[in-house]
Amino acid sequence: MDKAKRRTLKVLGSTLGAAAFAYAIEPLRAWASDMSLGELLQKHYRELTPDEMRAVLARLEADAEAKYGREVTIEDIRPTPGVELGYALNLSVCIGCRKCAEACHVENNHDRTTNNSYIRVLEMEQGSFDLEKGTTTYDHAVPSPGKYYLPVQCQQCDNAPCVKVCPVQATWKESDGIVVVDYNWCIGCRYCEAACPYHARRFNWSKPEIPAEEINPNQSYLSNRVRPQGVVEKCTFCLHRTRKGLLPACLEACPTGARVFGNLLDPNSEIRWVLAHKRVYVLKEELGTRPRFFYYFDN
Amino acid sequence: MSASSLPPPSAPGERPDSVLSYPKFLWSMWRLAFTGSFAYYAGMTALTAVALVGLNAWAHQLADGMVRTHMTDHVSWGLYIANFTFTVGLAAGAVMMVIPAYLYDDEEMHDVVIVGELLAVAAIVVCVGFIAVDMGRPDRMWHVIPGIGRLNWPVSMLSWDVVVLNGYLLLNLHICGYLVYMKYLRRRPNKRFYLPFVFLSIGWAISIHSVTAFLYAGLGGRPFWNSALLAPRFIVSAFITGPAFVILLLHVIRRFAPAFRVADGPIELLARVLRITILVNLFMFGSEAFTELYSGGAHHVSARYLFLGLHGKHALVPWIWTGVALNLTSAILVHLPQSRTNRTVLMAACVAAFGGVWIEKGMGLIIPGFVPSTLHEVVEYTPSLTEWKISAGIFAAGLMVLVVLLKMALPVFTGRISVARSSMTSLPPAAPSSASLLPPSSRGDVS
Repeated sequence: MDKAKRRTLKVLGSTLGAAAFAYAIEPLRAWASDMSLGELLQKHYRELTPDEMRAVLARLEADAEAKYGREVTIEDIRPTPGVELGYALNLSVCIGCRKCAEACHVENNHDRTTNNSYIRVLEMEQGSFDLEKGTTTYDHAVPSPGKYYLPVQCQQCDNAPCVKVCPVQATWKESDGIVVVDYNWCIGCRYCEAACPYHARRFNWSKPEIPAEEINPNQSYLSNRVRPQGVVEKCTFCLHRTRKGLLPACLEACPTGARVFGNLLDPNSEIRWVLAHKRVYVLKEELGTRPRFFYYFDN
Repeated sequence: MSASSLPPPSAPGERPDSVLSYPKFLWSMWRLAFTGSFAYYAGMTALTAVALVGLNAWAHQLADGMVRTHMTDHVSWGLYIANFTFTVGLAAGAVMMVIPAYLYDDEEMHDVVIVGELLAVAAIVVCVGFIAVDMGRPDRMWHVIPGIGRLNWPVSMLSWDVVVLNGYLLLNLHICGYLVYMKYLRRRPNKRFYLPFVFLSIGWAISIHSVTAFLYAGLGGRPFWNSALLAPRFIVSAFITGPAFVILLLHVIRRFAPAFRVADGPIELLARVLRITILVNLFMFGSEAFTELYSGGAHHVSARYLFLGLHGKHALVPWIWTGVALNLTSAILVHLPQSRTNRTVLMAACVAAFGGVWIEKGMGLIIPGFVPSTLHEVVEYTPSLTEWKISAGIFAAGLMVLVVLLKMALPVFTGRISVARSSMTSLPPAAPSSASLLPPSSRGDVS
């Protein structure tokens, strides 16, 4: 082949290649348009100065309004010194109605299409702790004879495997015992999801869809604000409520009073009474995760 | 490099200006990458097309979210991480050729070590590709950079993986780049500039696959992975995929770059390595399968799901038995006397071994770790078309990197391209291949 012909072919080939490349990356335009430089370069939650935090919160509020059509307030609520939050659940009383899971879904602005919730309720065989024999997909009147119910959500482990494995410190344990995620720092590797023994973490496989009128506008940075696509999220004991002295949404929704929540450091709290007087156990104790979510039975 | 394969050191008068020779070197390499036969162009065009299909699928995945994959909160890692795990093994295994060459001073191996190291570079590129496409937010990749980001080192095993993989890439790039550049200058490489790194890379090769195994073995909540045998199994299977791929690659090189001397010794040595590691791998595989299946109980349901199916669900059963069949086939083929004399038998054994380990380290290891989930729900996973497209694209891109690297390095090593002779119009006639493939030579014996 002579030189001129070869050159022509090369020019033709590289033009075609460049066109094919441009076509291939075309969908990235939609991806890039959804992102701002401020978001891209935002620092880690714990490195933001108060001024920077104010600017970030304002940006997030504006974003929420632009993307979801709802005016929201996003606060940065810090833990109270001298408070360590704990949760207990009475298995003798729980009837498996899943009102807790539903309330969680609404309170925490979960994606409507996947009907997500931080709580999974297992229907278990009477006389067995074998999770293998449980099911989360039961679809009949409750309580069912011969069954008991085991709601599972984040256990806020003191020795949390999810925190240990995160390669970028996007998840950590706060001083009040709540394990949180910086949704603006998570890289979406899902290693924490693989590490969690309680199936307590969720990934945003797509951008959550929620109608504007269904959005809970009382939000905080580390909990129930609508999460971005491609990051991991989890139960935070409704820290936007509980750090203000309110109760978690799942507890308020429970019709049987199976749930007890409070400050583990307060000797007069109800949860301390439960821990002192009931037969209490934790899930998968053998893994050494040291949950601060306790299960108990009456009598 | 062996002394025998080196050109004599150049006379002082001819020593080229090193400031100018490096850009000249890069330009020569660039030209080599973009000049070739019709077959070269056709092959690269085909690989580019596959890579672009993958790139397009990834662009869609970024825009729409990981919902384009079939991964779920139950099975949160899939084909990407499976391929990543496998390719780390390939990268580690590729450098295994360095061990006989440098540790045991096998002369003939020196000539083909460069092939293994270039393969390691290409394999790490593939690994990084699979990590990138598995991330929900690749725009935040900078968060892992120490100093600017917050790398959770040394606590997170994934941060160890970031460190060892990147370190390994740099190590091999340095060794290959330095040796090729010195060849190009027709200078004898200074041992101080590469030998320490060669020895470091041997240890490092072990570390990249061990760290990858610890990534899984360190999770108490996933009993299927939580096994002390995982890292040794990873290393053994790396000693399968690396040699198997290099044997195949050397055959291809003999065909397309006959000027590059590939003696029979290295091939026979690698085949000998395979003969051992395939059996050790089968033994370890059997030990784990026995422990899991015989003792029974809740901790072993993943193995039951993998091998036999669970609650009427058995998506992985055909995968794992295909893997077992391939591993057994390769074990038989590589032990037939014909594997020493018949090229086809050895190549078939390599292909079978490669495929067997790919399934075993991929779909046979990553997915059953998630099934049943930690709350014991059985949710199955089969990769989506997007995942297959992206995976094919990454492998195609990796193959392109490998071909281009070989295309650059081999002519330099055969002396066809050098600083004195960087024009490509006056190539000397290609030397005939050094020898017929087999029978085996007694050289290259490690014992």
